[in-house]
Order: sequence, then structure tokens, then C-alpha cells
Amino acid sequence: MSELTLTVMRLGFLAVLWLFVIVAVQVIRSDLFGTRVTQRGSRRESARPQQAARQAPPQQRGQQSGGGGGRQRRGAPTKLVVSEGTLTGTTVALQGQTITLGRAHDSTIVLDDDYASSRHARIYPDRDGQWIVEDLGSTNGTYLDRNRLTTPTPIPLGAPIRIGKTVIELRK
Amino acid sequence: MSSTTNSPTHHTSTIGAIGAPSRRNTELMLLVFAVAIPVFAYANVGLAINDEVPTGLLGYGLGLGLLAGVGHLVVRRFAPYSDPLMLPLATLLNGLGLVVIWRLDQSERLQLSSTYVEASPRQLLNSAIGVALFVVVVIFLKDHRVLQRYTYISMVTALVLLLLPLVPGLGANIFGAKIWIRIPGLGTIQPGEFAKIVIVVFFAGYLMVKRDALALASRRFMGLYLPRGRDLGPILIVWAVSILILVFETDLGTSLLFFGMFVIMLYVATERTSWIVFGLLMSAAGAVGVASFQPHVQQRVQAWLDPMKEYQLSQQGIIGHSEQSMEALWAFGSGGTLGTGLGQGNSDLIGFAANSDFILATFGEELGLAGVMAILLLFGLIVERGIRTALAARDPFGKLLAAGLSGAFALQVFVVAGGVLGLIPLTGMTLPFVAYGGSSVIANWALIGILLRISDTARRPAPTPAANPDAEMTQVVRP
Repeated sequence: MSELTLTVMRLGFLAVLWLFVIVAVQVIRSDLFGTRVTQRGSRRESARPQQAARQAPPQQRGQQSGGGGGRQRRGAPTKLVVSEGTLTGTTVALQGQTITLGRAHDSTIVLDDDYASSRHARIYPDRDGQWIVEDLGSTNGTYLDRNRLTTPTPIPLGAPIRIGKTVIELRK
Repeated sequence: MSSTTNSPTHHTSTIGAIGAPSRRNTELMLLVFAVAIPVFAYANVGLAINDEVPTGLLGYGLGLGLLAGVGHLVVRRFAPYSDPLMLPLATLLNGLGLVVIWRLDQSERLQLSSTYVEASPRQLLNSAIGVALFVVVVIFLKDHRVLQRYTYISMVTALVLLLLPLVPGLGANIFGAKIWIRIPGLGTIQPGEFAKIVIVVFFAGYLMVKRDALALASRRFMGLYLPRGRDLGPILIVWAVSILILVFETDLGTSLLFFGMFVIMLYVATERTSWIVFGLLMSAAGAVGVASFQPHVQQRVQAWLDPMKEYQLSQQGIIGHSEQSMEALWAFGSGGTLGTGLGQGNSDLIGFAANSDFILATFGEELGLAGVMAILLLFGLIVERGIRTALAARDPFGKLLAAGLSGAFALQVFVVAGGVLGLIPLTGMTLPFVAYGGSSVIANWALIGILLRISDTARRPAPTPAANPDAEMTQVVRP
């Protein structure tokens, strides 16, 4: 076998070996950043809870990641916004999934709040696409507006749901 | 699973992609790649040595592909959310090891030696058994927490496995280290490799229960948390056992592996740096103490400090000295940065154990620094995935188990690679997956199987919490 071929194979093999390492690292990278976080800049209204029910300007709706597609009804909420507490400003897109709230690490929104239970509450859509909040037997209770929840309750758009010091609401 | 973003400034952020993807297709893609690379290497060796594509190429490629395929299908069916990288990484290392073992089989110099046996078919068989054990672990170990029940049984099993080589008639003293047992009809096996996994189960179960006592009941002294005297008991016992292994089995590697593993797991369980300080001091004291009277260990230390002198002594024909350390260093040296190319080095001059303990020297000579770095990175990636699994695991036992298994894997690579490279005294251990040795390949496939099982549990999307049945009965009745 000619010297040249062997040299090409030698360097080629090293290149392929390193390519594998790089591909593996890329896989790890996509694993680390498995959740897509879109920063929207501070021009946004800094999450003031009082303006909850106000409609978002149309160009911001265009920025929403994914959204619910065309399946959702008009007037249905598309995102959940934390408007008070340590997590202020966090939004979670509502895509028909159940959102769990609590101090447990596997909650969708991990509350760092002394008044929250580990599995505090969950928010899920019923068959009609209406979003329901349900208290999961928490110690200090979940409040919708001023009322402590005892049964799964539909969430009106923009109504504050209070868990300890954290307030979340659904927005369009 | 998703994390929430906590922004101190008032940025709003959106979190998407809630459902964790299973990533099995990524794994399949990487597996195809991981089988293609060793096949390329195999063709390269054949072209370099015999000037022709080796006849066994198709069979080898199909064999490795079959093993990888079976592994993948089982993972896809039984552990769909597990880590996508560990199986391809292990397959690639195993495949490269097979190629290099085959390449050393082709060496005419080694074929002349009296102890020559064709090692690659056996190693392929061992790999098949290893993958079979991997499959068994993934299918039948439904939940790693089951292992927690066997905490103390594991301890006894591990001790028995460790002490088996000392049983007269069963143990086999091969070249100075008594770490093998000979089973008639089956050949020799190295129970220490299996004990490694079993004892991690014990450590994890034990530390999960005791870690609060070990972490909290301590006094602060000079920035270190000093544990209470009675809490030192377990570490002293493990230390004593590892010293006993060193004295009676004269195996520095196994001894270091067990003690190091325990220290790593203590640190993971308690977050106290003081355990690492204690561990380093105790292992240094133990090693120096034993080296002062054990001739086998002494000689290894001598060979480490002055390999050239050792080489000259062995060339003069003095029994008990080995020229291999020096030859391994020469192999690395002549490989340079890019290596001589597969099949074109002279690492077979190392002779005995060239395809097991010293296999890294062949990589060093034929693939050069670039190749050795890639190989070490592959090991590093497996360890990284293991630690990552430990981070993601939701139960403390799983965390400790994953951290312990990846720690054991990392220590083993460090002990053998460090020994061959002259960083620490050489000890007879096998490079996981790569080196020739049945017990090692089989045990490490099982280790990967357990790690995959833990990572499947850890990465599986959380089930929706069950509705609380009490909720109906504890309604607040307002007047």
C-alpha cells in the first residue's frame, strides 16, 4: 500500500475519531440546553400584575415560541406568567400540558417559597380547553383571587392565583 | 422536565419544549457512527500490515453492528428515556479495543512468543457476553431502587468476591498479583471487577442512611469539618480492607480503586471536603506503609521512579524486573503527535500484556497524542454522562449509585492510564472496554447497563401527580 494512502488514512482516522468526540459533545450541549428560553428584553412591561388582563400587542404574540398552534379557541390563554414572588417574569407557554407547581424539583415551576408545599397545585386543561387550577392538598392553600381553592376551579383570564408569596396568572 | 428562569432584572423569559425528548434516534445515529469508526480502523490495519482489506472485515463489522443493534433495540424498548451517549461511547471503545487487540494478534513478533494465543476472537466473545449482561440488566432491573434492598447482602458478596483469590486452590497467582480465580473449564476470572459494582451498591445504600450523621455531627477546625471519632469507623474499616487487599493480593490498583471509590462517595454524600483530605492522607500513609515491606509493591514503585534502571536490570536478566514500563514510554514517544498510523507501530515489542494492561501504549504509538487524547476524552464523556445522571436522578440512592459507578469507572481509567503513562506506579488493571480481559469487559457493560437504567428513571418525564383522594373529604365547609 502506498505511503500516501496510509498517511491519508492515518490522518483521516484521527479526524473521524475527533469528529465523533465533537458530535458527542454537541449532543451533550443540546441536552444541557434542552429547554428553549427566549429572552424578550426589558422593553416589556416588567410583568406588572395589575395590568394582567390587558391584551398583549400583536407583534409580541408573533414572538411567542410555538404557542398553541391553530387548535386553541379565540380568547384562550396562551401563556402562564409569574407576576409576583422570586420567579417574577417567568412565563411558560401553555401547550396543553399539565403544569405542576411546588417545591419538588420535578415540578414544571419549582417554587422557592417557604409557604409552598412540595406538590402544591397543578394547572391543566379540561376537555374543552378550559384551564383548571387544582390544589393538591397543600398546607397553606392556593388562592384564586381571594378565595382558597377547595375544588378544581376554572381560571378566568388574568385572575391572580396566589401560592405563598408567588402570584401567577394566565394571559393571552 | 424544565427549569424555570429566575431573572433578578426584569427580563421576561419564555420556557418552551417542556416534554423531554427520548433521543433514541440521536443514539441510533451515534451508534452507526460508533460502529463505522472501528470498521474503518480494521480496514486501515489490514491495509497497513497485509496490503489488503482484511477478509474478516464484513464479519467483524456485522458482529459489532449486531451487538450495538441489539443493545439499541433493548434500550429503545425498555429504557426509552435513558442517556443517548453512553451506549455509543461504550460501543466505540469496545470496537476500537477489538481492532487493536486484533492488530496485536497480527504481530509476527508476538506470534513467536510461547504464550501467544489469538486474543481477538475471545475478546469478541467476551464483548458479546458483556452486551448480553447489559441486556439482562436493562430488561430485568426495572428500577434501580430495588438494589437498595440488598445493601448488606452486597457488602457480604463484595467481600467474598474480593477474598476469593486468596482461597487456596481457587486463587491463581499470575505474575505477582493474586486477583484471579481459576475455574476449571472456564479459565480465569477476575472477581474484583464484579466486586467493584456490587460494593458501590453497598456504599450507596449505607451512605444514604448514614450521611446525615457523617455530614452534620462534626466540629469545625481550621476551615475543615472534623467528624466525630465514632463516625470515622466506616472509613477506617474500608481503609483496612483495602490495605489487606494490597498486602495479601499485592494489587495496588484494586486497593486504590476501592478506597478511592469510598472516599468519592463519602464526599458526594456529605459535601464535606474534609473526607477527601482524610482519604488522601490515609491512602498515602497506607501506600507508603505497605511499600516499606512488600517487595512486589516496592518494585513497582522503583519501576515508576526510574524506569530506565528497571529496563537495564531486566535486560541483564535479573528476575523480578520488568522492561515494560520503559517500553511503553518509548512507544508513546515514538508515536509523537499524530502517531505512526494503525498497524505501523512497534508497540508489540512490549510483548507480554501488550494487549491488556499496556494497550494504551499501542494507541499512543499508532494514533499519537491526538488519538490518546480522543480516547481519554471518550472515557471522560462516559464519566460525565454518569455524573450528569447522578445530578438528574431524583432519589438519593440513585444519585449515590450513579456517582459511585462513574467514580469507579473514572478511577479505573486513571489508575491504568496513569500507570502506563508513568504518572503513578503501574498496577495491573484493565482499561475499561478497550483492554483484553473478559471480566473487565463483561463487568463494565453491566455497569453501563445500571447507569442507563438510572438515567432512564431520571430523565423520564414526571407523571402527573395523582389526584389526592383525601381532597374530597377535607373540604372546608363555610357557613
